[in-house]
Amino acid sequence: MHTLIFRTIAPYLASLMVLFSIFVLLRGHNEPGGGFIGGLIAASAFAIYGIACGVAPVRRALYFHPMAISGFGLLVSALSGAVSLFMDMPFLTGQWTEIDVLGLPVDISTVLAFDVGVYFVVVGSITSIALALEEREHA
Amino acid sequence: METILAATVAVFFAVSIYLMLSKHIIRILLGVSIFSNAVNLTIFTAGRVVREVPPIIPEGLDIPDRVTANPLPQALILTAIVISFSIFAFLLVLAFRAYQELGTDDTDGMRVAEPEGEDLPPLGY
Amino acid sequence: MAIEPGQAVDLSGAMVLAPATPADWLVVGPVAIPIVTGAILLMVRHETRLHAGLAVAGLLAALLCNIGLLARVLDQGPLVMTMGRWLPPFGISFAADALGASLALVATLVAVVCALFATADIGAVGRRYGFYPFMMLMMAGVSGSFLTGDIFNLYVWFEVFLISSFGLLVLGSQHKQLDGATKYAILNLVGTTLFLTATALLYGTFGTLNMADIARKADGLRENAPLTTLAVLYLLAFGMKAAAFPVNFWLPASYHTPRIVTAALFGGVLTKVGVYALLRTLVMLFPPELELLSGLIAWVAAATMVIGIMGALAQTDLRRVLGFVVISGVGVMLAGLALGTSEGLTGTIFYAFHSMIVMTALYLLAGVMNGLGGSYSLSKLSGLYTSNPLVAAFALLLMLAVAGLPPASGLWPKVMLVRASLDSGQPWLAFAILATGFLTTLALGRVFILAVWRPRVAADPEAPASPYLGYVALAALSLPVVVMGLYPDPVISVAERAANAILDAPAYIGTVFPEEAAQ
Repeated sequence: MHTLIFRTIAPYLASLMVLFSIFVLLRGHNEPGGGFIGGLIAASAFAIYGIACGVAPVRRALYFHPMAISGFGLLVSALSGAVSLFMDMPFLTGQWTEIDVLGLPVDISTVLAFDVGVYFVVVGSITSIALALEEREHA
Repeated sequence: METILAATVAVFFAVSIYLMLSKHIIRILLGVSIFSNAVNLTIFTAGRVVREVPPIIPEGLDIPDRVTANPLPQALILTAIVISFSIFAFLLVLAFRAYQELGTDDTDGMRVAEPEGEDLPPLGY
Repeated sequence: MAIEPGQAVDLSGAMVLAPATPADWLVVGPVAIPIVTGAILLMVRHETRLHAGLAVAGLLAALLCNIGLLARVLDQGPLVMTMGRWLPPFGISFAADALGASLALVATLVAVVCALFATADIGAVGRRYGFYPFMMLMMAGVSGSFLTGDIFNLYVWFEVFLISSFGLLVLGSQHKQLDGATKYAILNLVGTTLFLTATALLYGTFGTLNMADIARKADGLRENAPLTTLAVLYLLAFGMKAAAFPVNFWLPASYHTPRIVTAALFGGVLTKVGVYALLRTLVMLFPPELELLSGLIAWVAAATMVIGIMGALAQTDLRRVLGFVVISGVGVMLAGLALGTSEGLTGTIFYAFHSMIVMTALYLLAGVMNGLGGSYSLSKLSGLYTSNPLVAAFALLLMLAVAGLPPASGLWPKVMLVRASLDSGQPWLAFAILATGFLTTLALGRVFILAVWRPRVAADPEAPASPYLGYVALAALSLPVVVMGLYPDPVISVAERAANAILDAPAYIGTVFPEEAAQ
């Protein structure tokens, strides 16, 4: 897959897909989307980048090891469920608050944190499987 | 509709069991993957197939204003798909590694862990 | 029903409005703490020096949480928490009764000892491959299985510990590990998919997945619904997980291939999750169907214990001997399930506690013997009595324990099971249990004679591993074995409470649906 066209387009395509995956993640609360599908889109972006330019640039671009990313996501999800401990409510009860971003009220919640955690778990684990398979193919 | 789905589930189960009875890992894996899809269809059918609106509460109400479809089977199937997908990915990698290292995908030939003709334990000393 | 802006909505029909006290969180802790620790371990995977300390600390925290949970359950009855405040059966409930809480406690205790033993056994490479994260996630899955009150959630926890166990099993990527893991993975996946099939049919029949809800609806549905089919499917699926004959062949194919500490954890904990799931579904949800199936289960139990131990007699590799001993122990536990009486189930549950500890200790003992003698093969291991008398002492104690001889803990559950079989008019089952005990004595007595008693036949390994950490681990596990053997009353009373907890479904239903108990 080392054609010039693919290699030239792949970085742009991958960055567009990562951006789109964040959009899908954030719209997931009320519309179709969410952490899982967003994570899959981001993971396929990294897979495409890996196919075009090799595995090493992807690992450099990610900076953190994919499994560490997925561990971070697991931690965020688990802790977002534990916030309700301080509110005298059961595990995983959603807690909401409103913050001001540039004059606009934005609702944020532990549900969103949980979804962000799922996003990272999926990105990390699927990317790590995909990169392992691609490495084997090139070796 | 249920009859058609039930028949499809039956075909899926039959195909998957036939494939899983094979000696070759790759066929067994295809069988396992069809098996989990058969189960997903079973959950779908078990959740009752009806023509209703999606279970979304209209704005301004706190309960839906009409009968809605059952959302739970979708959630169960999604969970099951995610799990079987990740396990299937792992199994493919494992089978591929085993094929590379052991040089066979025939389960009868995979006797590294349990070699044939092992010595019995000593009877005395 | 339209809501005006600012109007308060009555949520009592959809949500649990009573505040959750920190004590209620005890039921989540044994699952959440290993998950959080596992996540942190994944993030610091390059700092392998930190792994062992973090893992042991996390497991100790989970152990404390388990002790608190069991104390509270014994004191005040089952503890229920429904995730996200949704009223059961709509929310996913965690419901700890005496059975789940006590098994989770013993499993975590065993895991703590294994994590300690692994500090010397698993080097930097194994840690980078993720030994400790996998172990923590596996323990989260095991605790979750013991504590959940929702049958689909039980399936999810089964898959969590299954995926983690795959990771542990192939750690090292030797040829025989790939071979064993392929068989283990495929057969266990088929088993859990069968479990999911049964759950799909159950959902179609009951329209609910909450176990308390299923238990209270079963009587009304029994006339028209195919509950026997469901019970048989669950028996087959969980029988596969528990390694009951004739669906046990994945166990001897794989349990001797991984690192010895992994094998110890698997042999101690994993099959008991299958036995627990059998107890939970058959005894609590489908008691009349269990009665119908009890003849079949009794035959399965007898065949599992006798054929298992005969397999052990034919093995030369010490780890493979132990794999077959695990299977034979599962047969003994199934005998109590077949009887279905309070005393039989008490024996089963006590045997499960005993077997978790003793099988883990035996695998660790095999690891220590391999470190000292340089081999797992019975034709090479020898002379350990003269070189390391302490190993000989542990070996003698653990072999007495697993054979069911005093002064160790194996005696009492077998006494209870034999008496329960005689009381319910099945002397042949009592005979099978006693014959298995005799054959176990033979199989492990031979191990003792060859490996420990026999004068040295092979040259000493050049650099024997230091056994001292192994001694600590073995001492930690031998202590409960001796205490349970000499002073069994507290354990018997806990096991009895656990057996009565699953026999008395209305009490369990009452804690999940308190408003109904009040009526």
